[in-house]
Amino acid sequence: MSDWDHFRHFMASVVGWFTTSANWTGSSGIPYLFLRQAELSLAVVLGALVVGGGIGLVLGHTGRGGLVAVNAANAARAVPTLALLTLFAIQPSISLKWGGFLAAFLALLILAIPPILTNTYVGMREVDADVRDAAKAMGLTGGQVLRRVELPLATPFLMAGIRTSSIEVVATSTLAAYVSYTDLGTPVISGLSTENTVEAFSGAILVAVLAGAVALGLGVLGRAITPLPIRHTRSGTALTTA
Amino acid sequence: MSTATPFFKWGYVTSQWGQISSDLLQHIALTLLAVAIGTVLSIPLAMLAWRYRAVRTPIFGIASALYIIPSLALFAILGPITGYVASYPTAEIALVGYTLLILIWNTVAGLNAVPAEAREAATAMGYSRNAALLRVDLPLALPYIFAGLRVATATVIGLVTVTALIGLGGLGQQITYGFTIGFNTPIIVGLVFSVALAAVFDLLIVGVQRLAVPWTRSSRRARVV
Repeated sequence: MSDWDHFRHFMASVVGWFTTSANWTGSSGIPYLFLRQAELSLAVVLGALVVGGGIGLVLGHTGRGGLVAVNAANAARAVPTLALLTLFAIQPSISLKWGGFLAAFLALLILAIPPILTNTYVGMREVDADVRDAAKAMGLTGGQVLRRVELPLATPFLMAGIRTSSIEVVATSTLAAYVSYTDLGTPVISGLSTENTVEAFSGAILVAVLAGAVALGLGVLGRAITPLPIRHTRSGTALTTA
Repeated sequence: MSTATPFFKWGYVTSQWGQISSDLLQHIALTLLAVAIGTVLSIPLAMLAWRYRAVRTPIFGIASALYIIPSLALFAILGPITGYVASYPTAEIALVGYTLLILIWNTVAGLNAVPAEAREAATAMGYSRNAALLRVDLPLALPYIFAGLRVATATVIGLVTVTALIGLGGLGQQITYGFTIGFNTPIIVGLVFSVALAAVFDLLIVGVQRLAVPWTRSSRRARVV
């Protein structure tokens, strides 16, 4: 067979995988795997938003701890995701909780916090000092300045941080399948380990589509909730991947 | 963790040093090759994207797609194309793919930051647009290119570990080994050495930057997307 025949045969098998009804139902079906991945990713991003966003807001408002806040995202880049996942997954006190959810949640949370923290901090510090002074002169309290002036102006940065974190979390939750969490990474991992390239490839397409949809969707959302007068502002620090 | 086993066993590091050092060398080789190929591809692509509006969208589109697709998925997608999932070409194409967006983005940002006066002076001295791009704009964009190089290198060092899932992995092999036998120490070895390797490479790049671009002492922060 020529390469072209191989390719056609392979793609036909992939189409076959996607049209097999068993791959759409039950606890190994695509909808279930998708929901498990969405559930894990959403929990992690919300957790990171509370922790990273909270710390970023406080540091940004007070102007303290800048060095740590700014470098957090870059330092986290070098930490291998796989190491955190596997390390949590082999601690019996963690791995046995909620079908691998806790181990994956903790590993992903550590990765998701730095981009949100850094971007929130940078966004808060980018707020013009004159604007902040004007707000104070108008009699706003510290909390009001934070809520009604700094936070809206820092929105593009905050959203960039959430987007970066979310892309990273969705990507990394694929790796969670390696440490026995069940999601869209599962067909990829099982396909790779059994040399079933059709299963691995099909799963990978689903993962890639999900990651792309998250990246595009959050880009649109970020623009939509940014106050109109500052929509032209480009923002965001570097991304990381898993 | 059973109570008898300590969290980290130093004995492993000394007794398995041969294996650890060979994993470390493979990690360095995979990283250097990916960053080198990525740089050689990115700089001309960035110059094209900066110079010609028509190719800007496709260049950034393809680089963004390669960047967004999770590494494990990219290996599985590239496998049938390269012939084997578990191969150096699969790993390297994916790793190079992750460097492209970072390096192209930073190079274009650097070209955008070149002062208009420098460009006008080049025109006045008789440089053509393309000659000026190569001999005036590009050197002035170097601080940004180096910033991109730092981010790309750190990213690749982190991602190389994932190639352990397709049978390569450098220090990632320590991680999968530790996971398979339920032993903390190799995982921590993989983690600590990866982070240390990233720190060493970062210092080296900063050092080279000081020699190559002596007019800028402060390194500019990279911005991607």
